[in-house]
Amino acid sequence: MSAKPGMARREFLRVTAVAGGGLLLGSSLRRGGVTRALAADAAAEFMPNAFIRIMPDGMVTIIAKNPEIGQGMKTTLPMIIADELDVDWASVRVEQAPLDATRFSNQWAGGSAATPINWLPMRRVGAAGRAMFLAAAAETWGVPVAECTTAGGIVSHAGSGKSLPYGDLLSKAATMPVPDLEKVALKDPKDFRIIGRPARGVDTHRIVTGTPLYGIDVTVPGMLYAVFDKAPVFAATVQSANLEAVKALPGIKQAFIIEGGTVFNGLVSGVAILADTWWAARKAREQLQVVWHASPTEEQSSAGFARRAAELSKQAPQRSLRNDGNVTAGLAGAARVVTAEYSYPFIAHAPLEPQNCTARVSGGKVEIWAPTQTPDDGQGLVSKALDVPLADITVHITRSGGGFGRRLNNDYMVEAAAIARKAEVPVKLLWTREDDMRHDFYRPAGFHHFTGGVDAAGKVVAWRNHFVSFGNGERFAPSAGLGATEFPQRFVPNYALDASMMPLGVPTGPLRAPTSNGVAFAVQSFLDELAQAAGKDPLQFRLDLLAAGTPGEGLNAARMRGVLELVAEKSGWAARRPPRGTGMGIAFHYSHRGHFAEVVQATVTRQGAVKVDKVWVAGDIGSEIINPLNAENQVQGAVLDGIAEALGQEITIEKGRTVESNFHQFPLLRLVQAPPVEVHFRKTDFPPTGLGEPALPPVIPALCAAIFAATGKRIRSLPIKKHDLTWS
Amino acid sequence: MSITFKVNGKSTAVDVPPDMPLLWVLRDVLDLKGTKYGCGMAQCGACTVHVKGVATRSCVLPVSAVAGASITTIEGLSPDGSHPLQRAWEDLDVPQCGYCQAGQLMSAAALLAKTPKPTDADIDAAMNGNLCRCATYLRIRQAIHQAAGSPGAAAGASGSGDGRTP
Repeated sequence: MSAKPGMARREFLRVTAVAGGGLLLGSSLRRGGVTRALAADAAAEFMPNAFIRIMPDGMVTIIAKNPEIGQGMKTTLPMIIADELDVDWASVRVEQAPLDATRFSNQWAGGSAATPINWLPMRRVGAAGRAMFLAAAAETWGVPVAECTTAGGIVSHAGSGKSLPYGDLLSKAATMPVPDLEKVALKDPKDFRIIGRPARGVDTHRIVTGTPLYGIDVTVPGMLYAVFDKAPVFAATVQSANLEAVKALPGIKQAFIIEGGTVFNGLVSGVAILADTWWAARKAREQLQVVWHASPTEEQSSAGFARRAAELSKQAPQRSLRNDGNVTAGLAGAARVVTAEYSYPFIAHAPLEPQNCTARVSGGKVEIWAPTQTPDDGQGLVSKALDVPLADITVHITRSGGGFGRRLNNDYMVEAAAIARKAEVPVKLLWTREDDMRHDFYRPAGFHHFTGGVDAAGKVVAWRNHFVSFGNGERFAPSAGLGATEFPQRFVPNYALDASMMPLGVPTGPLRAPTSNGVAFAVQSFLDELAQAAGKDPLQFRLDLLAAGTPGEGLNAARMRGVLELVAEKSGWAARRPPRGTGMGIAFHYSHRGHFAEVVQATVTRQGAVKVDKVWVAGDIGSEIINPLNAENQVQGAVLDGIAEALGQEITIEKGRTVESNFHQFPLLRLVQAPPVEVHFRKTDFPPTGLGEPALPPVIPALCAAIFAATGKRIRSLPIKKHDLTWS
Repeated sequence: MSITFKVNGKSTAVDVPPDMPLLWVLRDVLDLKGTKYGCGMAQCGACTVHVKGVATRSCVLPVSAVAGASITTIEGLSPDGSHPLQRAWEDLDVPQCGYCQAGQLMSAAALLAKTPKPTDADIDAAMNGNLCRCATYLRIRQAIHQAAGSPGAAAGASGSGDGRTP
């Protein structure tokens, strides 16, 4: 996902006394890395990225800076701080921060990046706070700091039997020398008391009691509710609309046209209808008649893309992304050569909370309440579209009813701001489910054309993929590209990755485990075909392939072999003897710094109905599973999400627009379809990394392999529901 | 035209168009935000409330249809979050994003009111209309069993390894 600046700056600590006798600790990042006296720094140069407030009663408030979209960061990041600070988790309260680039950095949710980015900074700020309480106690008692210890927010001195809670040391601690964050002593991981232990989500009680938390729940005095009708053909512009007729409908306060551009993730054209209740606006929309200008992409279709991809696959590729060794010679010398075409469709994110945003524009200032993964990007977008300086735009980050990458784009935020400005009243814009499904930034479809060769010993000697995707010939459409080092690059001596592109008038963007959620299906499935050609077990074939590689960035062969062996052991892979109609499949994938291998057992009835019986997961995300309770939930959710994508999800484009409109046409997984998902982690000596995404990709090829084992039928295109899987 | 009904034990009168779905009356007129909008066509269950004790999708139910009825929303499931299902949901930390969970809880509560010791098949039948985009289904099933004290709770739906629940 998007690379963000800010990781290379030097950190330091800020300490501030607060009203009521409390102490505020903030870790900061300074541009340039030049150390100067704290007092000499202008406020603008500081980018504090964490805040801890400790009050005399011992209550610790930790500010959660990142958006919470269901990935659990509102709980996980404060856990890291609290452990190093050495306070009881029960004494910690967590507050959501608003967007504030002068106080926080990297306030975004995406790319499973929060854990790797924040692991050390969060530990350091907690540890620095602890060091200051230790120093304050030692000085109070006149004993060496080294003789003092902490536990549960209390400093103790064993020699004298003295102890003091942090709350009693606040004023003294504030006068202690501020530790250098990059040198502050961190806990030995064996002493972690919060990290690695299950912690419930800080909002769980509020969720189960129906407390307002989400963007859709925000109300502002005097606000009107809005719907926004956009062109079915993406970014087509309004020519005319029957606004007067709409304004005459019950409850309607305003109706107007918003002019917009043709950039998908900017402000696009449409008709806004505002009413006292959302229902009135939504109902009036049924009477709205809009004439849209013609669009150059209104003849595009999924079927047309598939036809064009087939044509392009037979032509010379437009671009070479990678060419190692000599694939032509490698294939000529191979004992067996296999060719196969794999494809997957566009799919939608469909977070359960439809896109929404509440906006107030008044006196040149803009105030926004929104569920968003990238509040900073949204602020920038609003600034550009409304020509308002960033400093005059406040963004309140609400909890998001799911993200999955959809809320990396802030189209709904800029719409709400533009509508509120024109309406001159606060506005709550809420999309319908149909708006959400038909105006997504879809996971792009992809078409892979493989040729692979194995030698007499069953070793992969050559691999070519002509990948047909979308773009303008120079650049891939968002999330539609592949990198030059896509697996199995480094593991096959003669390797070529070629690409051809088709122009696209459909918005695309990152969906949970972007690119990986498609390419893992294609690559791992084709590996199974090569294993079959080589007469080898799919697991052994993969272990051999991983052993044949050279070191490089990204996938670590030893870590991947580790999770493959673990999942094989836990699933009983070697001893599997499933009955007819039942099969097991195995696959792995590296993404978002995580190594995951998964086994699926599935049963296919003679009538061709697929049931997933069980999934086993082995993951390596480094040395710590920070919150095991959330980690298991994330992995199970990602796996079930992948199963839903594989079984039945497809967005179809016809005449430049999306056919599917709601969940009856775009099925999410339902409870009866959810198999047990057994989750195992293999801890290794690498820094901890994120979990929102990397467990998803392998389950799709593992499921398809299980279906092949059960029926002898290869799934070379998704979704699975389009295949005839009957057998006798 | 005023329509009168009971919400969470309180008699309530609203003056809204009779075809306005109960969901929007609850959310935008009565300011009960716990009940959620997900699809608007009874496909996802996020809007589930109890009407006369029966789990009902409020997004497609005209408010005129509940005149005189007694309605329970997530805010009225218990005064303080102490319903056995709410406690089990918290104990197992079921939610991820949490958006669907009010609807899940209301469907589960209607199930337990009728079937205090549900089997997996009972849970399948009662809960299949409630989508969870984060797919927390394994914990939802486990939490219902735990709240009911029915078989299945001890076994654990997930059969997990290292990511164990507390």
